[in-house]
Amino acid sequence: MNIKGKLASLAIVLALVAPVMTFAAPTKVVEWWHIGTAANDKAMFQGFADAYMKLHSDVQINITVLENEAFKSKLTTVMQSGNPPDVFQTWGGGVLGEYAQAGLLRDISKETKDTAWGKSMAAGVWATYTVDGKIYAVPNDAGCITFWYNKDLLAKVGYKSFPTDWADFLTLVKKLKAAGITPISLAGNDKWPAMHMWSYIALRLGGASLFADTVSGKNKAGFNEATWVKAGTMLNELAALKPFQDGFLGATYNDEAALVGNGVAAMELMGQWAPNVQKDNSSSKAGLGDKLAAAPFPAIKGGKGKVTEVIGGGGGFALGKNASDAAVDFVKFLTNVENMTTWAKTSGILATTKGAEVGITDPNAKMVKALVDKCTFFQLYLDQAFPPAVGGAVNDAVQTILAGTATPTQACAAIQSAFVAK
Amino acid sequence: MAKRSIPKGSLNRANFLTLAILLGPALILFTALVIVPVFEAAIFSFYKWNGFGPMVNFRGFQNYIQFFKDAIVHKALLHNLIIAVVSLVVELPIAMLLAVIVCDPKFKGAVFFRTFFFLPYVLSEVITGVLWQFIYHPQYGLVRAIWGLFAPIETAPTLMGNTTTLLWAILVVIIWKYFGFHMTIYIAGLQDIPREQIEAATIDGASSWQTFISVTLPGMRTSIQLSVFFAIIGSFQLFDIVWAMGKGDPVNAGETIVTYMYKIGLQRFNIGYGGTIAVCIFLICLFFNVFYQKILVREDD
Repeated sequence: MNIKGKLASLAIVLALVAPVMTFAAPTKVVEWWHIGTAANDKAMFQGFADAYMKLHSDVQINITVLENEAFKSKLTTVMQSGNPPDVFQTWGGGVLGEYAQAGLLRDISKETKDTAWGKSMAAGVWATYTVDGKIYAVPNDAGCITFWYNKDLLAKVGYKSFPTDWADFLTLVKKLKAAGITPISLAGNDKWPAMHMWSYIALRLGGASLFADTVSGKNKAGFNEATWVKAGTMLNELAALKPFQDGFLGATYNDEAALVGNGVAAMELMGQWAPNVQKDNSSSKAGLGDKLAAAPFPAIKGGKGKVTEVIGGGGGFALGKNASDAAVDFVKFLTNVENMTTWAKTSGILATTKGAEVGITDPNAKMVKALVDKCTFFQLYLDQAFPPAVGGAVNDAVQTILAGTATPTQACAAIQSAFVAK
Repeated sequence: MAKRSIPKGSLNRANFLTLAILLGPALILFTALVIVPVFEAAIFSFYKWNGFGPMVNFRGFQNYIQFFKDAIVHKALLHNLIIAVVSLVVELPIAMLLAVIVCDPKFKGAVFFRTFFFLPYVLSEVITGVLWQFIYHPQYGLVRAIWGLFAPIETAPTLMGNTTTLLWAILVVIIWKYFGFHMTIYIAGLQDIPREQIEAATIDGASSWQTFISVTLPGMRTSIQLSVFFAIIGSFQLFDIVWAMGKGDPVNAGETIVTYMYKIGLQRFNIGYGGTIAVCIFLICLFFNVFYQKILVREDD
């Protein structure tokens, strides 16, 4: 056989094998990727899959468990190859939007809009997973960013509850500092925790309309608008009090959680998962326990924002473009009241399905859940709400403000130019 | 099947088969995993593309213009250059000095120290990064503890949270990790120099410095060329250690061109511009390689 002949036969063999390798899966196989790496989560999800397979003997659910960061990079790779798993973890927003626009997701509007399934959750929670009016994922967890503080450390400087006003908050910071306690733990290197600080100040200053109009493009100045800049200036004023731990610009989120969990720093601004991560990163593996409490971001005098306006997010399961009806039905099964109650009990998620809140027992989690349920405006985390290029620019910009390498005006201009370029 | 006769003097059938078996797998893998992606990157470097779906947004040379204007690219390339220069003027002389010391026949414990100095190189890059993060940790780090012995602990530097010190903190790690590798190259080079030459120089009354300059160094020409090449190419490809030590942040203070490419292409879904950066890194390395081979390595033949 000459070389051409050999190559040709090789090509034929490959051509025969390739489709078998990629499309051999019968329709009833559901590929499910989740990030519940903790032992209890893993067992619970396996239990859900086993229970479903028992009810539907023709369905085979294959689970892939991946650690958070590994999941993100692996998912990106399979998305670029155009071959997404059937059911997978999502946080909605800009990233989900990019997948949807590239036609990589299954539209489940038909199954969820105005159906019993859709109505089993509050109308607001679907927005994060809606792209151009179509729903692509089912939420299971919805919470918001609050301050998580150490009651004992606050009591030491005479605070029985968390300040509800920004000026009082600054006084608290000064008192903690004077008492030799690190007031705020902040992951400056991971950027997004600092970004939440800036975006919450902006929300309290400008209110819902500032966010809605900037995101929609109705506000022509966009992020150059004076309120966004002022939020940067106020962040600088806070930073001038040196409220963050030494070397916070190099700190990761795990460092941030460890300082609060070990009782070194008095507070952090974080999402509903904060208690669990503090526990994991504390040297005792127990966290603060009863000493930990949550409080909404304080109001700012003269600002248009109300304390009922929140920045938050959560998680859900998205459906890949090749997802079968069985896959959709399986997600429906996952989000039924019984399973969601178990889920809330096991992992401490703020379950979205109505009635599953009985599974939430922790008073702090209940308080965060109540904030979300009663909120008058819900903004998805600013770095998640946009495509990654813009979200990344938002995070970068806040870091430059804190590092003092850019003025708030320059930082906001950088965000706006990324926003326009998208 | 193939009855075609092969002319004498060229590949005969057995030879061809051997070649195909030995080279084939490597050639196929190299083509699929190196050559094809290089060309693919070159193609999408002309597009604005997020990596999903078809490429439709052709931008011409826009991405390349952006590359030359991008302040972070300038910063990252400057960092790469600093790392290369520091490797050459600090790391390689240290490696040379240690190689000469452990190769001295009068030196006891040569085997132990050779292994000892080589140890950091055995560690994986990511482990190294994590390890040094502990050493530099602003609250619990070793550096802080040692500082506390001599000065008030509150004044301890936070090397990784400071935009002026981060790069230098990373450089210490790079030197620590790779000097043993270069030392090993030099040891191999030193062992090639005939001992009689050195003895002859000593008998002729040359001081040990004169012997080093006039006999040892010229004899190690090839090893030095090799280690300089590795040091420079390594500097321009540096990724893992920097990534494990704060991803080049805060504010790109430790950014290298490869960490920036990764952020743009894979984290921010800007595959088009990421491709542009990749092509430029490729060209820089290729240019250096050709230049180095032609000008520096050839002339001693």
